[in-house]
Amino acid sequence: MIDRIRTLLAQNPMIPIDFGALSDNANLYDAGLTSFASVQMMLAIEEEFDIEFPEQMLTRRTFSSIASIAAAISELTAEQV
Amino acid sequence: MNVMGKISNPLALSPADCTADRMARVAAIAADAVDAVDREGRFPQEAANALRHERLLGVAIPAEFGGEGLGTAAIADLVVQLAQACGSSAMVYAMHQIQVSSLATHGVTSEWHRAFMRRVADEQLLLASATSEAGIGGNLRNSICAVEVADGRFSLTKDATVISYGANADAILATARRAPDAAHSDQIMVVIPADANRSLERKSVWDTLGMRGTCSDGFLLTAAGEATQIFPKPFSEIAAQSMLASSHIYWAATWFGIAADAFARAQAFVKAAARKQPNVTPPGALRLSEAAAKLQEMKGHLVAAIHRFEAAQQDDDDLSSIGFAAEINALKVASSEKAAEVVRIAMLITGILGYKNGTPFSVGRHLRDVTSAAVMISNDRILANTSTLLLMSRFDTSLGS
Repeated sequence: MIDRIRTLLAQNPMIPIDFGALSDNANLYDAGLTSFASVQMMLAIEEEFDIEFPEQMLTRRTFSSIASIAAAISELTAEQV
Repeated sequence: MNVMGKISNPLALSPADCTADRMARVAAIAADAVDAVDREGRFPQEAANALRHERLLGVAIPAEFGGEGLGTAAIADLVVQLAQACGSSAMVYAMHQIQVSSLATHGVTSEWHRAFMRRVADEQLLLASATSEAGIGGNLRNSICAVEVADGRFSLTKDATVISYGANADAILATARRAPDAAHSDQIMVVIPADANRSLERKSVWDTLGMRGTCSDGFLLTAAGEATQIFPKPFSEIAAQSMLASSHIYWAATWFGIAADAFARAQAFVKAAARKQPNVTPPGALRLSEAAAKLQEMKGHLVAAIHRFEAAQQDDDDLSSIGFAAEINALKVASSEKAAEVVRIAMLITGILGYKNGTPFSVGRHLRDVTSAAVMISNDRILANTSTLLLMSRFDTSLGS
């Protein structure tokens, strides 16, 4: 799933971050993720995985790293990371 | 613990202990100077001195660091009180309190910032902020300048297009990129006291329609100091967890206070007319009730936002949620628009005596001051940001029962 997320985000022109240079646990906000880009990221993930993030998951922490995004997706899809 | 003891002991509760009484004395002084401050576009020095004298600059510092530990609601009330006397003084006080909230929220884990909080409380330091910068177009979460840190020291040069009351502040909290090779949004905030390690070169003068006393001149800020003056948390967290909410709440409190004073003047006008002709309903009475309803809406929104913030402060996830940011953004836009509407109605009610300066019913200054509300961080920019957030966030319809 990590690879799927990486591929998805890397090809999104609205998210100007070099994911190749980041570890799974690297803080995306420190890497320059803006609130606008984070929303673009959420929309792309919802579309790709056919999920909808509930309100309580829409926090900074959920989208702070590739690993935490993967954890949130698996929680919603009950899929293994 | 001491606070509880104080409240339960009536002997200890002298008038000097009541913050509302202390602010009432400041407001009286600010009101005497307001016309001169507005006309000359000068810093409200009398009000600033009075705030120091009444020790109201450190009230939001936690008690363990020498302050009085007042929360958001209490501070917002003080801002409203002062805004009814002088909009510029209230905005200066509001902006100071926004900086204090960053310190109180994000400075407790750092030795340097704890010591600085003690200084703010002991010496009643006035804090300003340098977030705007030439070339970034007003986006708080974006810096061009960067701190350079070496051997435990930092240096920074910032072309700050606006530092409100920068020349009058005892310290400036400035944002910058973490390092020369960091991304534009990878920012830190650093406390820069007004000492020999800092220089301010004025680049532009604040000559504006309203809020003239905030003296929001542009400066070239050059500073050096200990690297420990940099907040331990990244600015992105400070912005999301304390600055966003405290800014919009204290600004809204300022605009509410200005609108409330304009309303009071309109009410006095209608009352005077009713006294002269007891059998005739003054034509302005209808508009007065319209203005009262809008003022009530402002108050309701502000109170709800304060409750929302105080609840969210218990929960970092809630505080940094998209829903919270969207709600707090809405407060800024709604209250800035509403304040202008209330003052405009007050102008219609008071007529030529309201339009004219120097009458008991003058509301020209109020109208000019609240006009700043829609442009200090443009409402259009905030609406655009919020509309992005609303792609994800759902509206919370619960009434909080």
